[in-house]
Amino acid sequence: MTQEKNIYSAAGEVGSILEKRTFWTRAKIELSKSPWTARFGLLIIFIYAVLAIFAPIFAPYGEAEVFPEPYAPWSSEHIFGTDQIGRDIFSRMIYGARNTVGIAVATTFLAFLIGGALGLAAAINRSYIDQLLSRAVDVLMAIPSLIFALVLLSIFGSTVINLIIIIAVLDSTRVFRLTRAVAVNVVVMDYVEAAQLRGEGIGWIMRKEILPNIMPPLIAEFGLRFCFVFLTIAALSFLGVGIQPPTADWGSMVRDNASLIMFAQYDLKAGLTPLLPAAAIALLTVAINFVVDWFLHKTSGIRDEQ
Amino acid sequence: MNSKAQKADNLIQINNLEIEGFSDEQWHPIIKGVNLTLKRGQVMGLIGESGAGKSTLGLAAMGYTQPGCRITGGEILFEGTDLASLRDSEKQKFWGNRMTYVAQSAAASFNPAHRLIDQTTASAIRFKIKNESDAKKDAKELYEALNLPNPESIGDRYPHQVSGGQLQRVMTAMAMSPRPDLIVFDEPTTALDVTTQVEVLTAMKNIVKEFNTAAIYITHDLAVVAQMADVIKVLRYGNEIEEAETRKMLTAPKEEYTKSLWSVRSLEKKPVEAQKPILEIKNIDAAYGKFKVLHNVNISVPRGSTVAVVGESGSGKSTTARVITGLLPQLSGSIEFDGAVLPKRLEDRTKEQKRIIQMIYQMADTAMNPRQTVREIIGRPLEFYLDLKGKEKEDRILELLEMIELDGQFIDRLPSELSGGQKQRICIARALAADPEFIICDEVTSALDQIVQEGILKLLMRLQKELNLTYLFITHDISTVRAISDHVVVMNLGEVVEQGIKSDVFSPPHPDYTELLLSSVPEMDPDWLNNLNKKRD
Amino acid sequence: MHPVLKTVLGRLGLGLATLFIVSIIIFSAIEMLPGDFGQAILGQAATEETVAAFRRELGLDEPPYIRYLQWVGGAIQGDLGTSFSGRNASGTDRSREVIDLIAPRLWNTLFLASVTAIIAVPVSLFLGITSALYRNSVYDRTINTTTLTTISFPEFFVAYILILLLASLYPIFPSLANVDASTPLNERLYRSALPAFTLTLVIVAHMMRMTRAAIINLLASPYIQMARLSGASQTEVILKHALPNAWAPIATVIAFNLAYLVVGVVVVEVVFVYPGVGQLMVDAVTSRDIPVVQGCALIFAVTYILLNLIADIIGIITNPRLLHPK
Repeated sequence: MTQEKNIYSAAGEVGSILEKRTFWTRAKIELSKSPWTARFGLLIIFIYAVLAIFAPIFAPYGEAEVFPEPYAPWSSEHIFGTDQIGRDIFSRMIYGARNTVGIAVATTFLAFLIGGALGLAAAINRSYIDQLLSRAVDVLMAIPSLIFALVLLSIFGSTVINLIIIIAVLDSTRVFRLTRAVAVNVVVMDYVEAAQLRGEGIGWIMRKEILPNIMPPLIAEFGLRFCFVFLTIAALSFLGVGIQPPTADWGSMVRDNASLIMFAQYDLKAGLTPLLPAAAIALLTVAINFVVDWFLHKTSGIRDEQ
Repeated sequence: MNSKAQKADNLIQINNLEIEGFSDEQWHPIIKGVNLTLKRGQVMGLIGESGAGKSTLGLAAMGYTQPGCRITGGEILFEGTDLASLRDSEKQKFWGNRMTYVAQSAAASFNPAHRLIDQTTASAIRFKIKNESDAKKDAKELYEALNLPNPESIGDRYPHQVSGGQLQRVMTAMAMSPRPDLIVFDEPTTALDVTTQVEVLTAMKNIVKEFNTAAIYITHDLAVVAQMADVIKVLRYGNEIEEAETRKMLTAPKEEYTKSLWSVRSLEKKPVEAQKPILEIKNIDAAYGKFKVLHNVNISVPRGSTVAVVGESGSGKSTTARVITGLLPQLSGSIEFDGAVLPKRLEDRTKEQKRIIQMIYQMADTAMNPRQTVREIIGRPLEFYLDLKGKEKEDRILELLEMIELDGQFIDRLPSELSGGQKQRICIARALAADPEFIICDEVTSALDQIVQEGILKLLMRLQKELNLTYLFITHDISTVRAISDHVVVMNLGEVVEQGIKSDVFSPPHPDYTELLLSSVPEMDPDWLNNLNKKRD
Repeated sequence: MHPVLKTVLGRLGLGLATLFIVSIIIFSAIEMLPGDFGQAILGQAATEETVAAFRRELGLDEPPYIRYLQWVGGAIQGDLGTSFSGRNASGTDRSREVIDLIAPRLWNTLFLASVTAIIAVPVSLFLGITSALYRNSVYDRTINTTTLTTISFPEFFVAYILILLLASLYPIFPSLANVDASTPLNERLYRSALPAFTLTLVIVAHMMRMTRAAIINLLASPYIQMARLSGASQTEVILKHALPNAWAPIATVIAFNLAYLVVGVVVVEVVFVYPGVGQLMVDAVTSRDIPVVQGCALIFAVTYILLNLIADIIGIITNPRLLHPK
């Protein structure tokens, strides 16, 4: 018996990590090991956020300020020229960050609020509520959301509020599915059962036991859903049924200046002008995708083969 | 005697092998310079606890490393050819031809899209060892030799159409079909129930002997390896501890570590004097939906004692626990605690009724919220049931940590920062925090290594004495039952087969099922399997 | 009944039910219009009688379920109602049948989608499978980063880059894809080159990534390791062990992306002014021409549901567990 004590002691048993790390030290360690794509993505997202928040400071002119010369070429006065009715494109790009990104963020939040709450409820309840919601979502997802959005916009008209609500509701179906799928896996865990046995209320179990454990996939999904919403709104605006003038918006800016592209042979800068807002959209989604890709790789625990 | 066996040269010779695995963004050593020599026709048992590197070493004997691993040093000589230096395409000429593999999970390792006989014969046909009709004829003979039912037709089935124990034997036939020089068995019976395990072990042992095939048998179960192996090699943390001929290893192990592995089986509990029952289960029927899982179950648990509920998968032992906790309300019958009837449903029970019955789970990993620290995990029941706050609560947490032989440095750790045994101890502390009278232990040691198991069992026994606790101990492991119980309940197919004081249940005469169950538990005697089969015939 | 047949029938039933509910949703579009929309369509000068006549024509006086049955009955026979446009306040009616608007454009859209699919499906399967086999090689990493970038691009960005390069700076292809029924095939192909190319780029990125993920998932199965350890060569592992189990995930990937094509086609048609159903629908949404919107939406929805149905059925009939029941 004494021999075994020498070999084994509970406190001396080796765990995987010996010291406790705080959130920030862990974040620092992760960041220092992150690939360049993720760092690049984080930087871009940061710049966009700053531009969107402080748009009036960075923009040289007002959002809807009209100058006498339409389609003015690139110059020191108008860095990217003016559009078809003489508004400064550079200023509108910066305001566009605020409008387009802002609307997409609001829409994504709303989608997560709806989809997340219902998904969680369905995962915990698992009875008729789950059945009802799941079937309803199946049907909603049986129609491509862009087509559905077009139908709804044709009925209710294209206002920013309508746009946010329609896209958020359509997109919440995917959030619902993911939340439900992830939460179902957590709900069956013994620690949730242990909390039930202790006699904890449903609110406590949701808040303390389930929510913290489904956050990583939901955060990743937030990034992906944002990209999807952002692209959908941009596409709708580009089609002329999304964000309406005079609000500066990248999707409709592409549409407004599209004809300039055929002048590229004579003036490459003019030809590039309609691509600028499109590139602004692309850059942000690329950045987010890079970050999400890294985040998923980190949290899923999947190790690539070497 | 087979001509192969007379050639006494070494089939496999591994020299100073080093293997690394990739995790947490860096390479960690898994095998740290191990030597291994295997003669023709010899069966070697590789044994060790989790993380010992036994599977990695076993696969390395075939020249195979799992994805995410690499060989960083040493050589693997198979009849003089260094497999470590060959490319995959060159090693393919050996795999399925000269050496074959039997995996732990047969259900996942068979391709669902092909018939069993085609998978059994694929290697032999590929390497032109036999033509198709001969290979199939041979496969059917192998099925017969392995005691499979309907050997003529079972091969026409698909993997999902046969049971786990049968699949494991089909996989053995598949491994034997090309008549290899070496078979690597990787924990082939770990996923099986004991009564099935006996059949599979017998079949494997006989066929390996019949064809005089060399084998490496990887397992963590000493009694199993005692039946199969000629020599045993003990590994720990990627190092060899010792190697010896089986009988010698069992009777006279040299190293302290090996002795400690052996000694686990020696734990024994002194019987406690009988007290009045604290919990009585009377005529319980229970069902999942329409599927009835418990039939008229009666169990009586005396205060201060340990009642072990033992049975194989599907016996209803875990369901019984769910009924007691109120998670699965019974269809009929009643549960009395201290003479008072407990409401069927958890929701209808009072806080006090919930507090006095606590539960400890099999997988400590999933029983603790990975996002909560030890302080939160143990602190919550203190706050919830006993209204402890601030310094009072903190002191009690430290006291509980001391009781489970851990200390204050663990209080801020997350479950992921603890080892397996520590996690289970924290779960015990969480149960104790509620100041319970009755604890249900659901397979609490079966996911742990033997030495850790012993520590946990001793702790539970000490706590029982100090706090006058009553345990309902659910397990499939007979040796654990022998070690810790006062009373034993044997269950099969949702019914209680037998119950009583331990010494009564474990001594004959037994009901048929108890007899089958007890006799199927492997013992540390190399002749056990042979004797058992002689007796059963 | 054989389990495969049973499951397939069950899935078909589910598809029909979905279609039924979707048709109700699309039909209710007209119900949700504000009460004065007749005025809006016919103009402010419309008299009460013309508005009333218009409402009668739409059957708005009848209960909704009867109109739904009439609408669905018509749709099955190819009658999708009459367009709102072309009407005016005086009551003269130069509106056209919705089906006459959609039919020629549907053919154009199908043509564009088919050309894209014929190129995109084999290319992305090839890229997806090879990058899964050589995962983490330079080849895989390059393809992975490229496609991750491409899927982040809005379709119109890809379209305008192509226009800038291949129509504006180097005028090889036309930037406007104006085709009609009389355009001969080779001319049609030439004019549809840029829209098809745009769609291909977008689809390939998606499809390739999904194929890669599906194959990697498959190759991680224990039975693949078992096959390797029984001496099967790489080719044999792929053809005999992975492929028979890969039909379901691959079918799902293809169907999902062809369905995605249905959506992508809307934007691309608008960029290239390609006379397809997508462009028609966008125009109808702008002018709030509900019958046309309904018709187009119904066509897109049916295609989408049908594609997913086919993928699921392929998954069912190649599932060995269902094919060979216990």
